[in-house]
Amino acid sequence: MTVDMQRAATARPMAGFDIWGVVVRVSDGPMRALQRVLGERRMPYVFLLPNLVFFTLFVFVPLGLNFWYSLTGGAALFPSQRPNVGLQQYGFLFDCGSMLDASSCREDHFWRGVHNTLFFVVIQVSLMVLFSLVTALVLNRPIRGRGFFRAVYFFPVLLSPVVVALIWKWILQRDGVLNAAITTLGGQKIIFFVDPGWAMFWAIFVSIWAHMGFYTLILLAGLQAIPRDLYEAAAMDGTRPMRVLLRITLPLLWPNMIVVIVLALIRGVQTFDEVFVLTGGGPGTATLMVVQYIYETAFANQAQNFGLAAAASVVLGVVLFVLTLIQLGFSRRRAGA
Amino acid sequence: MQLGRVLAAALIICGMGLAGPVFAESTVRIAWYSDGNEGEVLLDLLKRFEAKNADIKVVVDQMPYKAIGETLPVQIASGQGPDIARVTDLGGLARYTLDLRPYLKDPAYWEKNFGPFLAWMRPEGDTQSIPGLMTQLTVTGPYVNKTLFEQAGIAMPGPQATWDDWAKATKTVADKVGAPFPIAIDRSGHRVFGMVISQGGKVFDDKGEPAVTDAGFKATAQRLYDWHKGGMMGKELWGSVSGATYRAANDEFKNGQVVLYLSGSWQIAQFDKTIGNAFDWIAVPNPCGPGGCTGMPGGSGLIAIKTAKDPKAVGRVMDYLADEDVLREFYSRTLFVPGHLGLSAKGVDYPTASPLAKEALGIFSKGVGSVAPLAFRLQGYPYNRLVFNAVISRIGQAVSGETSLEEAYKRIDADVAQQIAERKK
Repeated sequence: MTVDMQRAATARPMAGFDIWGVVVRVSDGPMRALQRVLGERRMPYVFLLPNLVFFTLFVFVPLGLNFWYSLTGGAALFPSQRPNVGLQQYGFLFDCGSMLDASSCREDHFWRGVHNTLFFVVIQVSLMVLFSLVTALVLNRPIRGRGFFRAVYFFPVLLSPVVVALIWKWILQRDGVLNAAITTLGGQKIIFFVDPGWAMFWAIFVSIWAHMGFYTLILLAGLQAIPRDLYEAAAMDGTRPMRVLLRITLPLLWPNMIVVIVLALIRGVQTFDEVFVLTGGGPGTATLMVVQYIYETAFANQAQNFGLAAAASVVLGVVLFVLTLIQLGFSRRRAGA
Repeated sequence: MQLGRVLAAALIICGMGLAGPVFAESTVRIAWYSDGNEGEVLLDLLKRFEAKNADIKVVVDQMPYKAIGETLPVQIASGQGPDIARVTDLGGLARYTLDLRPYLKDPAYWEKNFGPFLAWMRPEGDTQSIPGLMTQLTVTGPYVNKTLFEQAGIAMPGPQATWDDWAKATKTVADKVGAPFPIAIDRSGHRVFGMVISQGGKVFDDKGEPAVTDAGFKATAQRLYDWHKGGMMGKELWGSVSGATYRAANDEFKNGQVVLYLSGSWQIAQFDKTIGNAFDWIAVPNPCGPGGCTGMPGGSGLIAIKTAKDPKAVGRVMDYLADEDVLREFYSRTLFVPGHLGLSAKGVDYPTASPLAKEALGIFSKGVGSVAPLAFRLQGYPYNRLVFNAVISRIGQAVSGETSLEEAYKRIDADVAQQIAERKK
C-alpha cells in the first residue's frame, strides 16, 4: 500500500481555490515522515486511531464501568464510594425457585421483564419479518403509486419512538379516537391498557407499525439486486409463481433476511421507549420489559439501586452479544458457501 | 478610517451586551418545577432581587416534576446539580444539602419559622443544620365534585364520615349521574399512608424500623383492592402502569368524571384556574377510621445543594426568598398553604382566589392541625420513598390481577427490607 496523497489531490477537479488540495499538500509531508517511521503496514492504524479513541471512551470504558458497578452495592454514585459486594447482585437476580415462574424469584420483576421481552421478541420479530417481506414483495412489483406507498411505509421510521407512542396512546385511550369509532358503531368502549392481552397486543402492533418500513427497505434493496434474467428464465420455463418465490426469490434474499432478523431481534430485546410511553409496563407488569426494569431499578422514584440495575444490564448485554455472534456465524457460513 | 469606526461601534455594542453578565459576579442556578403558577411568581420575585443585587444573577431551570424525581438526584450526586433545588423528597436528598447557617443573616429567624420542617431536610443524625425553606406546606385530602352530588340529589357525608361512608355515597352519585369514577386516588404511596394511619396503621415497629403491612395497612389495601374490583376506582390509575410510576387523576377530576378525588392542597390553584365555572368543587376533611382522620403532610422545600459554587450568594438568595414579606406574596399569589410558622399564625390573604379556592384553602389549613404525629414522623423518615415505591408497585400488581393481596404484602415487606439494606451499605 502506498500513500500518494499528492496524486489524490491533483486528481480532484480544481475549481477556483481548492481547499482540499491545500489540506492534502500541507499534510503530505508529515504523513510521509510518519510512514517512514512506522512503516507501511502500521499506517492503517494511524487512521483508525481517532475512531478507536472515541470508541474506547464511549463504549469500552462505560462497559467496564457498568461491569464494575454490577459488583458493587449501595446508593452512592461514584465507583470509589461504592462497597464491593462481589457477585451478590447476580445472586439476587438468579435467586429463583424456577426461572419459568417469576413469582418464585426474589427479583420477580426482572424475570417478568425477561418473560415479557422473550414473548414480545418472538411474536414481534416473526410478524415484523413476515409483514416486511410481504410489503417488500408487493412494493417491488410495478404497481400504480409505488413511490407513494414506499414513502408511506417508511414514514413512521422517521418519527421519534416517543412521538409514535404518544400518538397511539391518544388513539387508544378511554376517550380516544378508536373508542369513539367503536361507540359510534354501537359497540362498548374497550379500556385497552387495563387488559394484559390488549396491552401486549398494542405494544407489538405499534412497534411493528413504527419499524416495519426500515426492514421493508432492506428487503426491497435485496429484491432489486436479484438478477432479472433468473425470473425471465423461470417465466420461459412456465414456473409457477409460488415456486419462483420459494426457489429463486427467498434463497437469494436470504442474506438480507438474516440481517433483518438479527437487527429486529437486537432491537426487540432492547425495546424500551415505545412500550414505556405507551403502556408504562402495565397493567401490573404485563408489558414490563427488561430495559424498563433496569431503568426503574436505577433511576425511577429515587430507587438508586445502581448495582442491581448494572448486573441486569450485563445479563442483557451477554444476550445481545450471543445474538450478534449468531448473526456473524450465519454471515460467515453464507460467505463460505 | 471607515473600518476603524465600524470596529469601534461594534466593540461598544458588544460591550453593552456583555455589561449585564460581566457585572454579575456570581450566578446561582435554581432547579424548579411547577404544579400551578409558582414558576411565574418566583421569576417575578427574583427580578426584584436581581434589581437590588446586581452582583448576583439567578438562573431558574424549569423542569418537569418527573425530572425532579429521577434526573435531578443523579445530577446532584454527580456534583453537576444546581445550587438550589425545589424538591419533594426532602429526606432522600438530605445527604446532598448545604448547611446554610454560616451564610444566613439571621439563622434564628429560620429556626423560629421553619423549625419543624427543617428536620425533614436534615441528614440522619443531624439536628442543627439549616438546609432550606418550605415553598409550600401540603396536606393530602379529598376533593369532591359538589355539582355531581347536587345533580344526584344525595347529601354529602359529614366531617366525621368514614371512608366506607364516602364510598357508599360516591357510588350512589356516580350511578345516578353516570360518572365513570366514584373515587380516584393518586397512584402514590404518600396518598395511601394518610388512609393507612387513619385505619390504625403504625408503619414502624418498636425499634423504629418500618413494619408496613400491619392490620391498619391491610384494611386500607383491602379497600383499594375491593374498590378496583367493584368499579369504585378505575384501573387506569393504579392498574395500568407498572412499578413505582406516579399517576394523578387531576385531569379526570377537572373533566367532571370523578366524584371524590384524594390528592392534596397543591392542586387548588390548578383547579381554580382550569375548572372555572364548569362545576362546583370543594375540599372536605379527611375521612376517619379507628386511627383518626388524618392526611399526610408534605410539601416542597427549596434546598441548597452542598456543591454550590458560591455558597455566600446562595445564602443571600435564600435569605431573600425566606423573607416574611416575600414569602407572604409568594404564598398569596400561588394559593399555597404557608410553610412558614409566622405566616401560618398571622394568616395569608388570597385575593386572587375564587370563593371555592378560598374555602378549600381553609379546609386544608385546618387539616394541618389534625395531621397525626405518626404522619409527620413518616414524612420525615429518610427512606419513606422506598416504602411508598414498594407499596404502589405491589398493590398495583394486585389491583391488576397479577398477584394476590397476600403475595403483595409479603413482597412489600421484602422490597422495603432489601432496599433499605442496600441504601445502608
